[in-house]
Amino acid sequence: MQFTMRRRLVATSIAVALGATTLAACSSDSDGKDAADSGPVSLTYWAWAPGMDKVAAIWNKGPGKEAGIQVTVKKQASGDELVTKIITAAKAKKAPDLVQAEYQAIPTLVSNDVLADITDEVKGTKDKFAPGIWQQVTLGTDSAYALPQDSGPLMFYYREDLFKKYELTVPTTWDEFAETARKLKKEDSSKALTTFSANDSGQFAGLAQQAGAKWWTTEGQKWKVSIDDAATKKVADFWGGLVEEGAIDNQPMYTPAWNKALNTGKQIAWVSAVWAPGVLTTGAPDTAGKWAMAPLPQWSKGENATGSWGGSSTGITNDSQHKEAAAKFATWLNTDEEALAAMVKEGGIYPAATAAQTGGALSKAPDFFSNQPDFYTKAAEIAKTTAPSAWGPNVNVAYTTFKDAFGKAAKAKSKAQFESALTAMQDDTVTDMKKQGFEVAE
Amino acid sequence: MSSLAAQNSAREAAPAAGAAPGTTQGPPPRRRVAFVPTLVLLLGAVYCLLPVAWVVMAATKSGKELFSTLTLLPGTGFADNLADLTAYRDGIYWQWMGNSALYAGLGALLSTAVSAVSGYALAVYRFRGRETVFNILLAGVLMPPVILAIPQYLLLAKADLTDSYASVLLPLVLSPYGVYLGRIYATAAVPADVVEAGRMDGAGEWRIFARIGLPMMVPGLVTIFLFQFVAIWNNFLLPYIMLSDDEKFPMTLGLFTLLAQGNSQPALYTLVITGSLLAIVPLIALFLVIQRFWSLDLLSGAVKS
Repeated sequence: MQFTMRRRLVATSIAVALGATTLAACSSDSDGKDAADSGPVSLTYWAWAPGMDKVAAIWNKGPGKEAGIQVTVKKQASGDELVTKIITAAKAKKAPDLVQAEYQAIPTLVSNDVLADITDEVKGTKDKFAPGIWQQVTLGTDSAYALPQDSGPLMFYYREDLFKKYELTVPTTWDEFAETARKLKKEDSSKALTTFSANDSGQFAGLAQQAGAKWWTTEGQKWKVSIDDAATKKVADFWGGLVEEGAIDNQPMYTPAWNKALNTGKQIAWVSAVWAPGVLTTGAPDTAGKWAMAPLPQWSKGENATGSWGGSSTGITNDSQHKEAAAKFATWLNTDEEALAAMVKEGGIYPAATAAQTGGALSKAPDFFSNQPDFYTKAAEIAKTTAPSAWGPNVNVAYTTFKDAFGKAAKAKSKAQFESALTAMQDDTVTDMKKQGFEVAE
Repeated sequence: MSSLAAQNSAREAAPAAGAAPGTTQGPPPRRRVAFVPTLVLLLGAVYCLLPVAWVVMAATKSGKELFSTLTLLPGTGFADNLADLTAYRDGIYWQWMGNSALYAGLGALLSTAVSAVSGYALAVYRFRGRETVFNILLAGVLMPPVILAIPQYLLLAKADLTDSYASVLLPLVLSPYGVYLGRIYATAAVPADVVEAGRMDGAGEWRIFARIGLPMMVPGLVTIFLFQFVAIWNNFLLPYIMLSDDEKFPMTLGLFTLLAQGNSQPALYTLVITGSLLAIVPLIALFLVIQRFWSLDLLSGAVKS
């Protein structure tokens, strides 16, 4: 009988051991963390732009070596998932020192206590950026939570050859834009000027920004959400109207069909950002040298504003033990001539710093736009006119509703549905903010 | 290549066959081709094969051809795509492939070992709390691993183990489903009489397990190994949460970073498609190699019944 007892014991311990394998992981001691400040400071930087490791290598060999600050880039995938990942890491106190963050993610990261207030550390860099860009990293306050890295000012891209063929003029106002769309439909009903697509919310946000919309603002301690304000309504009505009357297409962007439409000249214009040449190069390879870029149409003659689509910043986390060193690197990265030139060359980004928007790798037009040699000079002019934008702590929710509701509205070709979609966006955003515990002013 | 893919998909389509007999009614006609089941099987095969065919064809297209030529026509860029993929950031793709092999191979091996030991223990020994332990494990089977990823991350962060190979391997070692299968299989394959006979002859418990129980369980363990291997190979969320250093990324994560480089960068479609195609090759090879072990099932059986 003794044997049975022993057998039981063995069996029980085996079964118990199962549970222990997972527990063992957390009982091991966590010593040796963060060696004291002896020797060079080493920082980690989560970024998704390609070639960032090469830019960091320049720092590590040059200015970083002198200052005793070494930076390791850990390449990430961009998107909303990364925001979740950073927040999770910060909860575990494991966030990297520096993160690349899209402008619209900054409020989310600040309200989750991830990004540090670096106002003092980055003093004196403000005037290196367009005011509309700088405003995005301050959230409209006097503090700074990140440094602008790249930007995506909106522009109007069109097929120069086909515009000539159909005797169209480049629209300077949105009214002219609508007229151009109608005229093209009359000339050739199989073509469309462009499409309204609901699958990238950033474009619509940029257009609303140009019209003067401020989606999230603060009033004292309360948030104010005005996604359905007059300016945004104007934008939604405009595009809804064009879709309803059939003047433009209603198919989504970034699909194989869309690529084909651009490549074969079925769609002859695109409201896009400064990075469009890259997308066109892969999506519409047969049309190289046939496109041209112009400023975005305006709401009334004489105005001069644009919105932005995309763009990101460099933030420093509260978990960082070396905020000052991190700020030194971030400042170098986003204001130093050599660093910016390297980022443009290696990462293909459009720098936020005004001084770097011409010259260097940007002194020559992109290959796809070889017919427009002053591409980047013109782009820099436009970038200066970027209207400020106002992001809130749950941009992702607003964007998700945008994709659903506007996607349906575009499919239904109904202007009325464009309006109700905007209301849905406002309501969902407010409801979610309340659920998250933010105080929202009505 | 495509014939390999065909075999793989045919296997996936196999469950459809189970539904087929119900559709033929009345007395089974002899020597007549069963049209309905054949049709269902063919449809299933086409359904499974079409996406594979798309990947195979798309992988042969250059970036220029990808969206402009007919979908199922082969392109001319396969060699270039392969070269580009290998050249991308000094061949980091192969590093990802190696990482995936390590995570899936070692992880599946460890988890199979744990499943074998614990499944055997739960099946052969009677001890207090056995059913409780088993029921807790069953609850674990019902729990999708996805919702455990973040708690596991927070736990491992306390042990300073995040962003390491161990952080991906450790949570995978205990697979409730594997233990469950292990017990079911041990109950069926290891007769109590054989264990008792071993004891009579004076063998220790460990020896009985290692020399008698384990060989009888091999076909079941192969199944567990394959399940785990495929699950880990395709795993995304756990490594996504755990790892930040892209030299430790498995394939799934690496390909994802190629797609999402910010909206100023066009997604590297051709590289991702070629990469995905290469990523399924080891899985198919593994299935073909390991398949033979399943037939051992028929040879096992040490007692008359």
